Amino acid sequence: MLIKVLGSGCKKCITLTENTHTALSQLQREAEVVKVTDFAEIAAYGVMSTPALVIDERVVSMGKVLSADEVAALIQAA
Amino acid sequence: MDFFEWLNDQLLRMEWLSQGVKAVLEALGLDLSSRLGGSLHFFIYDVIKIFILLSVLIFIISWIQSYFPPERTRRILGGLQGFRANLAAALLGTITPFCSCSSIPLFIGFTGSGLPLSITFSFLISSPLVDLASLILLAGIFNWSIAIAYVLLGLVLAVLGGALIGALRMEQQIEAFVTRHPVLDLPPEQLQLRDRLRYAAEQVQEIVQRVWMYVLLGVGIGALIHNWIPESVINALIGSDKLWSVPLATLIGIPMYADIFGTLPIAEALVHKGVGLGTVLAFMMAVTALSLPSLIMLRKVVKPPLLAAFFSIITLGIMLIGYLFNAFAYLFL
Repeated sequence: MLIKVLGSGCKKCITLTENTHTALSQLQREAEVVKVTDFAEIAAYGVMSTPALVIDERVVSMGKVLSADEVAALIQAA
Repeated sequence: MDFFEWLNDQLLRMEWLSQGVKAVLEALGLDLSSRLGGSLHFFIYDVIKIFILLSVLIFIISWIQSYFPPERTRRILGGLQGFRANLAAALLGTITPFCSCSSIPLFIGFTGSGLPLSITFSFLISSPLVDLASLILLAGIFNWSIAIAYVLLGLVLAVLGGALIGALRMEQQIEAFVTRHPVLDLPPEQLQLRDRLRYAAEQVQEIVQRVWMYVLLGVGIGALIHNWIPESVINALIGSDKLWSVPLATLIGIPMYADIFGTLPIAEALVHKGVGLGTVLAFMMAVTALSLPSLIMLRKVVKPPLLAAFFSIITLGIMLIGYLFNAFAYLFL
């Protein structure tokens, strides 16, 4: 599983990345978590509000700092 | 006393807080007419006042804002044309997120979906420059006529600035990747009242965490100006009789990165020292509308000629507003 956190590097994106790591360890699952800060790459996903969460190249959330529980739910649904 | 005047004094200017801080300091044996006592009073009173206003205002604005996510804003704007679209963009810009880091994805989203440059820029100019918070804070520190004039002129700058940039036909000056990609349209989320309130509370927490240092710094500089820097020095530099005061204040303000909450105490102190109202407002507009970090961000999506056009139009506009306010200051103070 490949998880990407899209965002220009502001505090919200850092929090979302942390929560994603927490969610993964809660679920005891392994996944590669990548932070995408390049605007061109973010734009390629068509995302208008950051931070956004992309699981296996599918945008599952945008403009929200999801809690670890919310991220866990999205990982399980993916 | 007039009821509204009372409301204004107690709720916005927080006279009770000023009196309370004064009583505490005097009980501690400090003389408020002394320099130290005066600065301490200004600092404590202003810091508490700004944090109260900041929290309450951001809560209200974020709650309103939760009804206008960027996707909806874009749909609304996409359905309008000409002057009305510019006006709507400027007005919607007043209820957007405060973080300048969100403005670039917005720019890409707007432009990528085919919104004209003029509308996108009206939105981009108004977004950091005017919002509900600035209206109420200005009313709290100066008065309602100044606050309303500031917001109206800020909106005029956003509408005309955007229209001018549109008229320059610089569509070629956008970085290619911006228009290359389609924009994703996720179905809008159904938010309950509880979600909106939670969102608003999170925004308050996040913004306070981000700006508290700027507020302390701003109030500190304000207290310094208030009690330690002689009026003659300030007037020699940017006094209201100096023609260069407006451009100087604008140019000093541009590279600075702060928001309205940090700049207001400085503005307040400067006005007390006899600096022209227009000069002070130009400084505030320059600080909020343009900053080095935001220009560097914008450079990633637009090419230098368009960036230069944007920069010059805003700078000249702010100076013009400054001169206007100075010329008609007697109407407001």
